[in-house]
Amino acid sequence: MSAAELATSPAARPLRHVSTRFLRSELRLIFGRRRNQAGLGILAVVPLILAITVKVSTPRPGHGPDFLASITSNGLFVALASLSIELALFLPLAVGAIAGDSIAGEANIGTLRYLLAVPVHRTRLLAVKFAAITIFSLVATLWVSLVGVAAGLALFGGGDMTMLSGGQIGMGPAVLRVVMATVYLGLGFASLGAIGLFISTLTEQPIGATIAVVILNVMSFILDSIPQLSWLHEWLPTHWWMSFGDFFRDPVAWDGLTRGLLTAAGYALVFWLAAWARFSDKDVTG
Amino acid sequence: MTEAGEFAVATAGLTKRFKAQVAVNAIDLLVPRGSVYGFLGPNGSGKTTTIRMLLGLIRPTSGHHRLLGRAMPHNAGQVLPLVGSLVEGPAFHPYLTARANLQRLDSVDRHADPRTTKVRVDGALDRVGLLAAADKKYRAYSLGMRQRLAIAGTLLAPRELLVLDEPTNGLDPQGTREVRHLIGSLADDGATVLVSSHLLSEVEQVCTHIGVMHVGRLLTQGPIAEVRAVSEPRARVETDRPADAATVLRALGLTDVVVESGVVVGTLGALVPDKVVAALVHQGVPVTGFAVAQPSLEDLFVSLTGEGFNVSG
Ligand SMILES: Nc1ncnc2c1ncn2[C@@H]1O[C@H](COP(=O)(O)OP(=O)(O)OP(=O)(O)O)[C@@H](O)[C@H]1O
Ligand SMILES: [Mg+2]
Repeated sequence: MSAAELATSPAARPLRHVSTRFLRSELRLIFGRRRNQAGLGILAVVPLILAITVKVSTPRPGHGPDFLASITSNGLFVALASLSIELALFLPLAVGAIAGDSIAGEANIGTLRYLLAVPVHRTRLLAVKFAAITIFSLVATLWVSLVGVAAGLALFGGGDMTMLSGGQIGMGPAVLRVVMATVYLGLGFASLGAIGLFISTLTEQPIGATIAVVILNVMSFILDSIPQLSWLHEWLPTHWWMSFGDFFRDPVAWDGLTRGLLTAAGYALVFWLAAWARFSDKDVTG
Repeated sequence: MTEAGEFAVATAGLTKRFKAQVAVNAIDLLVPRGSVYGFLGPNGSGKTTTIRMLLGLIRPTSGHHRLLGRAMPHNAGQVLPLVGSLVEGPAFHPYLTARANLQRLDSVDRHADPRTTKVRVDGALDRVGLLAAADKKYRAYSLGMRQRLAIAGTLLAPRELLVLDEPTNGLDPQGTREVRHLIGSLADDGATVLVSSHLLSEVEQVCTHIGVMHVGRLLTQGPIAEVRAVSEPRARVETDRPADAATVLRALGLTDVVVESGVVVGTLGALVPDKVVAALVHQGVPVTGFAVAQPSLEDLFVSLTGEGFNVSG
């Protein structure tokens, strides 16, 4: 490396306008980390326990949630029952852990200042972090479904699926609807992840940010259960999650699902912008 | 080259005020291109805060600055790829290996060519002597190894400017010497190096320029010889009659005459050293040794910033 070479180095190192390297590096960090792998392992425990306990116990018709009662008729319901159990705490916690870690984790160990000095533009950093949170959210939700489907089919078999509305659809369309319901929920959790991303820009303590996300999630569920606050319910970030069951009506009841997707998109946008407003000129002293 | 292009770093009235105090107070830092600039100052004098402002990590309260001739932070996207930096110690992901950590840094750099990542990462590790430990987890690294890895991070791409905040912190004597050589070789390649330190002996050997910070102010800066010239040479007389020698020196007009056991030291001023020896001999004071010395950078540093051990602020 000579002085002349140095002088021409900007030309020698052209800017790549489109590159997925940063995002892939983020995903490697997330999915390569032991803590997160253990978390995914725990998420998989619910469908396994569910499938096994239903298999070994005598069915008592008429009790429990809709999906749970239907498990013995079609293994796919193991996935749906698992999702409805995990959506209250486990999945939001998993997404909250990743989102809370996104900025605060890097600030905490000091790598944030080295990312910014590379340089990584702050807007790009927030965009890539949120993309990674969204992908994790989808993967974690799909993972629960996948384990549920696998365990369900192994123990109870597949076949035509009886809808919540009564009619029947074939195995192929049923699997497609399970996938759609899972993606719908994954996007819902990702909007919670946007709230986590924002909180993560406020602190250098990733655990604190994660706890804040979980508290907000639980608060949202509590408020959703108070009838006197019914005017508020449709605006709560978690309110439309349970609507994922609407994929199992004939025809699909899109009303609630559309509202759910719009709510998720709204929360994601508002909190991503809040994170940007907070972070774009924040002093990085950690 | 434009006028602003003469300086790799140029700040004007750069100031950072934290709630309770002014950490950096209206400094006009000028680092000429091609220089090795020793950025000195006691603990808490504002070196790291200045460097954070230079890199755009924190926003100045007032003042502005240019890096490599371009206004910051507006041109950060064009300038920072040419700047390698070490700020307040190393920071990496503890559960990744050293190599994976450097790959991570490289992968977020939109100017980096992924096809050459492996070569450049290994080259940087080799240059700081870490190639053999490349696959160890960062968590298992010692303080000095971590510091070396941070330096390797600055070498992943060709740089025109290196900003190194205390690069020898935690290094063994061997490592310290290697870093000194490294700074020298980077400078030989045409890069400008801004290196902060409170270890003067290190800086003295590699730097062409120095700047001295104290309580947020830049007390002095310039080519090392110029800064040193401000301090006048001192004559040092070894004798077994120090009291008499001191009398002679004072009579000759030397100032700040200090008597230690068997040694008398005084500032020469405009006086020619020969005259001092001649006068001593003439007065019959036995001289067993005589020397004229420029004060060391350390003496200068202490005279500028005060001897107190207490951290300012
Ligand atoms: N984030 C912050 N908030 C408040 N004060 C700060 C902050 N960062 C630095 N300071 C203060 O600014 C002053 C300068 O700190 P700085 O880290 O720049 O010193 P330094 O010259 O790098 O010292 P050292 O040689 O110990 O590294 C100190 O008094 C410090 O307490
Ligand atoms: Mg410092």
